[in-house]
Amino acid sequence: MTGKRTVVPFGPQHPVLPEPIHLDLVIEDEHVVEAIPSIGYVHRGLESLVDRREYSDFVYLAERICGICSFTHSSTFCQGVEGLMGIEVPARATYLRTMWGEYSRLHSHLLWLGLFADALGFESLFYNAWKIRESILNELEATTGGRVIQGVCKVGGVRRDVTNEFLSGMDKRLDDIEAEMQEMSKVFLSDYTLKKRLVGKGVLKTDAAYNLGAVGPVARASGLVEDVRTSGYLAYGDISFKPVTADGCDGYARCEVRCKELFQSVDIIHQIIAGMPEGDVSVPVKGNPDGEFFSRSEQPRGEVIHYLRGNGTKNLTQFRVRTPTLTNVPSLVAMLAGAELADVPQIVLTIDPCIGCMER
Amino acid sequence: MKMLKTILKQFVHKPVTTTFPAEPAKRFDITRGHVVFDPSKCTSCMICMKRCPSQAVTVDRAAKLWTIDLFRCVICGQCAELCKFGALSVDPAYSSSARPDERGVETYEITYVKPEKPKKDPETEDEVLKRE
Repeated sequence: MTGKRTVVPFGPQHPVLPEPIHLDLVIEDEHVVEAIPSIGYVHRGLESLVDRREYSDFVYLAERICGICSFTHSSTFCQGVEGLMGIEVPARATYLRTMWGEYSRLHSHLLWLGLFADALGFESLFYNAWKIRESILNELEATTGGRVIQGVCKVGGVRRDVTNEFLSGMDKRLDDIEAEMQEMSKVFLSDYTLKKRLVGKGVLKTDAAYNLGAVGPVARASGLVEDVRTSGYLAYGDISFKPVTADGCDGYARCEVRCKELFQSVDIIHQIIAGMPEGDVSVPVKGNPDGEFFSRSEQPRGEVIHYLRGNGTKNLTQFRVRTPTLTNVPSLVAMLAGAELADVPQIVLTIDPCIGCMER
Repeated sequence: MKMLKTILKQFVHKPVTTTFPAEPAKRFDITRGHVVFDPSKCTSCMICMKRCPSQAVTVDRAAKLWTIDLFRCVICGQCAELCKFGALSVDPAYSSSARPDERGVETYEITYVKPEKPKKDPETEDEVLKRE
């Protein structure tokens, strides 16, 4: 027997969503039959600004595509321009970029874990996650000068150097942060209420994840070993690490992957600090970009691609960004089909949607 | 019972939050708070105006005025980095909150005076010519 079908609008303004995405949920007996996403609420036309801004100034704009993965956006853009112009970046600059990239992964994952706990109604866990995030933000501010928008990446290297004394102190502070995270992630992975609301919800099988092109923690939670860091860009080639995967294919597995990635990032930062080479942090840049380049990197949410095309002038002719959230929307739609209406907010959150990123 | 340890710990340690307006926010030496302009050093070369990503700075060469729209400025610090004359710097203190009519646009009169070239001494010039 089939019930009457109704359409329930979800978003663009919803208590669990920090940013606007609208989903039309086709409901039949409290079960979602189909979810139809509509996007475009915060489109800013950033990509067309390349005609009016010099490539070296556009780094600031590329950084402002997203507030959470700002550093990775700027480093990916710089990597693209450097690839176009054939610039060899000093080793210390690539190590510093890797370190800041991992710090932003830490702060993004902690932010997500906090928001997720809040959406599930677990207020004290939310406070705990954000308390730990605060110390990560302090480290970022002390080394780059900015808490959210770092503004430290430039074409040809980085703007600021970090002293070796500060780096050795960072090792000690990271150990303290790790101990706090251990305590917090234990709650995320073993709490009865959280398990009850996550296990078996928003299932995305391995085949479906592969076919729908899932990236980042969503793909890794479905058992796919998808991590751009293994391609060895920046300093990742010198670092030993293994992508975190889980076989659960559900919301709990995605939470688990993110919790375990926190410790992986801490380990990577320890390795970076231990192997930090001496030398300059930037090289002078001459000339203009010509040709086309695909720049890929791993953001906290997954793979990001910056496509750049230059014609030998100061301005690029084309700039396109494919962000992880946009890639994960088909997976989200597949997860929602068959889910219960009450589980929709949690399932939407498990892909870590960043709408500002998605719409540029 | 597992949670009891965590709960008891909360009674012992100090609060992690701060009483913000009473206790000032934590700052670092390199924190980007606001842009500071020194009118006596600006030569109106207009680099800051041309390269500002948010177009917050305007320089009027004829009227000798340097203007910044504080609500447009994103405090990226590029102007301070590019200024060859040291007229711009970034201060770690955050600017206070205000309404647009109170503190939207700040205009400074440029007081820079080009230093005169030292005049050549005619006597020494003659000596040089003689030697040649």
